[in-house]
Formats: sequence, structure tokens, C-alpha cells
Amino acid sequence: MPKTLYDKLWESHVVRVEEDGTALLYIDRHLIHEVTSPQAFEGLKLANRQAWRPSSIVSTPDHNTPTDHWDEGIVDPVSRLQVETLDANIREVGALAYYPFKDLRHGVLHVVGPENGATLPGMTVVCGDSHTATHGAFACLAHGIGTSEVEHVLATQCLLQKKMKSMLVRVEGRLGKGVTAKDIALAVIGRIGTAGGTGYAIEFGGSTIRGLSMEGRMTLCNMAIEAGARVGFVACDETTIQYLRNRLFGPKGEQFEQAAAYWRTLKSDEGAVFDAVVDFDAAQIQPQVSWGTSPEMVITIAENIPDPAAEKDPVKREGMERALQYMGLTPNVPIKSVKIDKVFIGSCTNSRIEDLREAAAVVKGRSVAANVKLAMVVPGSGLVKQQAEQEGLDKIFKAAGFEWREPGCSMCLAMNADRLAPGERCASTSNRNFEGRQGPGGRTHLLSPGMAAAAAIAGHFADVRDLP
Amino acid sequence: MEKFVHLDGLVAPLDRNNIDTDAIIPKQFLKSIKRSGFGPNAFDEWRYMDFGEPGQDCTHRPKNPDFVLNKARYQGAQILLTRQNFGCGSSREHAPWALLDFGFRVILAESFADIFFNNCYKNGILPIVLPAGDIEELFRLTDATIGYKLTVDLPEQVIVRPDGRRIAFNIDTFRKECLLNGWDDIGLTLRHANQIKVFEDKRRAEQPWLFA
Ligand code: SF4
Repeated sequence: MPKTLYDKLWESHVVRVEEDGTALLYIDRHLIHEVTSPQAFEGLKLANRQAWRPSSIVSTPDHNTPTDHWDEGIVDPVSRLQVETLDANIREVGALAYYPFKDLRHGVLHVVGPENGATLPGMTVVCGDSHTATHGAFACLAHGIGTSEVEHVLATQCLLQKKMKSMLVRVEGRLGKGVTAKDIALAVIGRIGTAGGTGYAIEFGGSTIRGLSMEGRMTLCNMAIEAGARVGFVACDETTIQYLRNRLFGPKGEQFEQAAAYWRTLKSDEGAVFDAVVDFDAAQIQPQVSWGTSPEMVITIAENIPDPAAEKDPVKREGMERALQYMGLTPNVPIKSVKIDKVFIGSCTNSRIEDLREAAAVVKGRSVAANVKLAMVVPGSGLVKQQAEQEGLDKIFKAAGFEWREPGCSMCLAMNADRLAPGERCASTSNRNFEGRQGPGGRTHLLSPGMAAAAAIAGHFADVRDLP
Repeated sequence: MEKFVHLDGLVAPLDRNNIDTDAIIPKQFLKSIKRSGFGPNAFDEWRYMDFGEPGQDCTHRPKNPDFVLNKARYQGAQILLTRQNFGCGSSREHAPWALLDFGFRVILAESFADIFFNNCYKNGILPIVLPAGDIEELFRLTDATIGYKLTVDLPEQVIVRPDGRRIAFNIDTFRKECLLNGWDDIGLTLRHANQIKVFEDKRRAEQPWLFA
């Protein structure tokens, strides 16, 4: 019987199955950051248990680390303690790789893993972080897990899971100019909703997806969780394999070819049956901007802010009204007329080299509008930053009036000092526009790096395609 | 983990869709390296008028009188009633820790986000999915009756309303056993350590590059 990629990934990791279908899945890669791990390490120690396979661990602190004044270290004592706790825990338990704060390879964990070849096709990848789905770009089964599960994986190298249903999100055709993986992600969430993928493992397929770079695929899989799906992935192809050549922790030489032969089998078989299929026409996808406080509250740059009066479902209508009030927006006005205060280009969704190139291409030779108080670029990792500087992207950003920062999660969730003040409006390349996500009272609009750059230049939301 | 068998508890309503874990416990409290003490900061941004900081004493902070969980009639509630996609967003287990510490042992919703749903079981919270019609009716009854209580019977998998109506619910056998016995699933998994070892050795032999 033809199998889906999900079937293959699942079956190759099942250690045993309970009567009710709960399976014990073997975990190949365990990514660990400072926020969701201290209680897990503590639990392990209290129960007098050993870590099962420390060489499966790749770790770096990213949520709490500052993105400027690195010479001052981590000023906030509570943040510092959390980062130092991770340092100490890894020192005690061990890891394949640990990149402490300020290391060249330090950065957002979901950027660091793939760029070092720590994420390989066919793996199960877990992390106490919902955006672990990012790694699905490499034909991996990548789950976000809770802290109890972090402890479970530390102690047993396994995760208890029930098999999910499978969904194929199929995108066919050519994307228009200025339309990116981020726009696909937002358009998908806008259509199926933030709970549309709940209980499903989503495979992104179709010619459009096959045409995306690995960076683009990571952006897309990253946001699977915003559609409610714990995992999202893309089949392995030559783009995947090319990306993985000569990565630090990946196989080399003879072994690489052996691995690649296996990796090429990591795709859904012809005729495999999915529990749900959703089709998109790439040519219909326009640059997107979110207007509300949930990623499904999204429109195209050409549209007006929606009117709750047109919504029939009372719970939804109330949700829309609340969102408009929080966001300080009036229905029926063009999103293009909405002015912004800040711009954030970064996060595990859009802080890779390709994202920075995309933004820099828009910014080049232009300047940030006078009404924009702060426009910042936060590269995903030290390596991305280094690469961007070699290409001179930092100079383009700085000349336009952007701040060029050190890597980390930064204003994606504002656990460090980078945050919005109450009422401030931000054009952000991150993944969540929840109330208070970028700082209490802050207003987040999600969009692509090119669109964020266009908003920075215009001072309000603008169509990146209008900036030749 | 504390066992869960029966509960006879007061119901508190939270009438919204898509309540995310950032709302349940805002990020500044995630800096803690402990797993307890999050209760006073559950729903912090909705519950208080000022901005909460970790480590602060919350007893004298100004409360938002309009926030439903601040109302006198819902004090001591152990059952939370809500709508669709509860617990979406971040995987933070601090969300169930905060709800548990606040006093909730049962959450009734039309649907839950996957990771949150799973995290509840690891902490002795019972998340129950009910049809939209039942949820709607429970909202109405809770609103209409001060001190509205429900009885949750896990062995029987049933919720009993004060008027005697019974609402059956589903739960995976394995999860039910763990809750009923308060089992630590790491201990359970480690009983299969040999099987894991065999699996791992085979994997290492077949795909050595995974074990770099
Ligand atoms: S960049 Fe944002 S979404 Fe990604 S791991 Fe960091 S905080 Fe989470």
C-alpha cells in the first residue's frame, strides 16, 4: 500500500505500541534552550536518573539573550540565571554541541540546528518549543514538546505519541514577484484557521513547494504550528540534499552518498492517501499582512481592515471586535494607510540569510521613514550575521537607518530588552501576533521580510511590488 | 503527579475562542527555573490593571474588576469552561502549571491545541472535549446559576450536571490509567529500557550518521 511521508517517518521510529495505540517513538535529535529545560533537568536529577544519550542534544540559549551591548553581558538577573542554569546543566549532562551566549554559532535554536547539519532527513527532532516544526523542512518528524516531555526524552530517548491524521497542503504553480514562503504560510493559516491543522501532521507539497529553497521551506514549516499542526514537513529532494553537503554534523564522503540514497526515499508514495487535502494556486497568493491578534486574522496588502458587522458567528464577531480594539484599528480602511512605529526583521521564521537578502534588496539606496522609531534586523545566528556582513548587507541596512543587532529571539517574544511599548505598532517578520507578544500592549502585524522592509521605507504598510 | 479520580467542583467560564498560552501565562514569568508558583500570574495581563513582573507579590496589585475570574462568584473554581482551540501557541508547560496552581483540575472546551492538551495530562489536569451544544448549554447554566458545580467522574468517563443530566466523554485508555494512578510516565517507559536499547543499536548500525 502506498505510504505517506508521515507513515514512513512514523513507522521508522516506533519502538513499541500500547494497546490503545499510544506509541513509544525513538528520538534522534533533542534541541534544548534555556526557557523550557531547567525544570526538566531538575526533575531528572531529583529522580536520580541519567540522560539516555547526551550526544543527541544540541543546545544554545536564545530567548533571553540581549541583541546589543554584549560587552555588558546579560543585565537582567532573572534572565542571566536562566542562561547560567542552562550552561551548568549542559556542562553536567553533556551534549553533541553547546553554543553558549556570544559564541559564533550561537543564535536561535531553529536556525542553528539546520545550518550546522544537526537536522537531517528522516530524523525525529524534538524541542521544548512549538516552532520545532521548522525542522520538518528536511523531511523530519519535528515536534514541539512540553517540559515534562523534555524530561521524558532526556531520560528515555523516547516520546509517547499517538499517530496523528495526515493533511496534504498542496500548492501548485508559480509564485508572483515579491510573494514568498511567508505569504504562503499566512495565506494557508488565513484559509484553514489557527485550529485547522489541529490533530494533523501537515505535509506541504506541490510544485511551488518543490521550487522553494530550504530557507523558504523552513519558514513555511515553522508556521505549521500557527495552523494548529504540531508538525509540518516537506519531502526530501535534491534541494534538501544539496543544502546538507559539508555541514558540520552531517555525514561526509562515502557516508553522505549512502545517507542521500536513503533520504531520497523520504517522500509520499504515488497514490498515498491523506485524511485531508487542501489545494492552493500559487498565482492567487498575494503579499499578506495580519491585522488582528491571531495569525488567522490576515488579509492581502490590497485589502481593507475587515468589518465585524459582516461576521455572522457571534463568538467570532466578538473576537474580531476585541482584536480591532486591541490593535487600535478601524474597519473598512485600507491596510496600506495604517502607519507603523517599529520594524522587526528576525525570528526563527525569517532571520536566515535569504530573508536578510530579500529585505536588503528592498532597502538598498532608500531610508527608513521619519515616523518609524526603530527598525531592527536581528540575524538568526552568528553564522548568518557573519555571512550577511561578508555580503555587505549590514551596510545596506545601517545606511538606511536600521539597527544591525546580534543574534537571538529578540522582539519575536520580547523576553529580553527588545520590546514594544504599549500601543506601538510593529511590522514584524515573526510568527505570532498575540496580545502582548512583543511587549504588553504592543501591536504586531505579521508579514514577509520584503514587506517589512517596504513598510519601514514607507512608514506605513506598503506593497513590496510597488518598490521596484 | 497528583492522581485524578473524581471532582466535584465550581465552574468558571472564559467565553473566548483561541486563548493562547501567552495569555495564560505571559512570557516574563517564563524566566523562572521552578515549576511552581505560577498561579498568581495566570492570565496576568487580563487579571491585573498593572504590568506584572516576576518575583513580585501579587496580593496588593490592582485587579481588573471586569475580568471574569476576578468575580467573587467564581473564586475557588476548579473547572474551567471555554470554547475552541484553547491553549494554542507556545508549547510552554508553564501554562498548565499556572492553571493548576490557580486551582483548575478540569478544563472543558470544544477543542484544544495539541501540545497544550498533552501537557495537561502530564500535570494531573483533565482536559475534556465536548460538543459545541453541550458547551453552549454549560455557559448558559453557569451564567444563570451562582455556585454552578459539576461532578467529573473519570472512571466512568462522565460529567454529571446538578439536574442529573450526564455527559459522557472520551479519553485514551493509557492517559486515563496514568491520571487515575498518578503515574509518572518516565518510570513506565523505563520498564521498556531493553526494547529501546535494541531499537537504538539497530538504528545506529543502519544509519550511523545519526549518531555523529
Ligand atoms: S524566534 Fe520566536 S518563535 Fe522562534 S524560538 Fe525564538 S521566541 Fe520562539
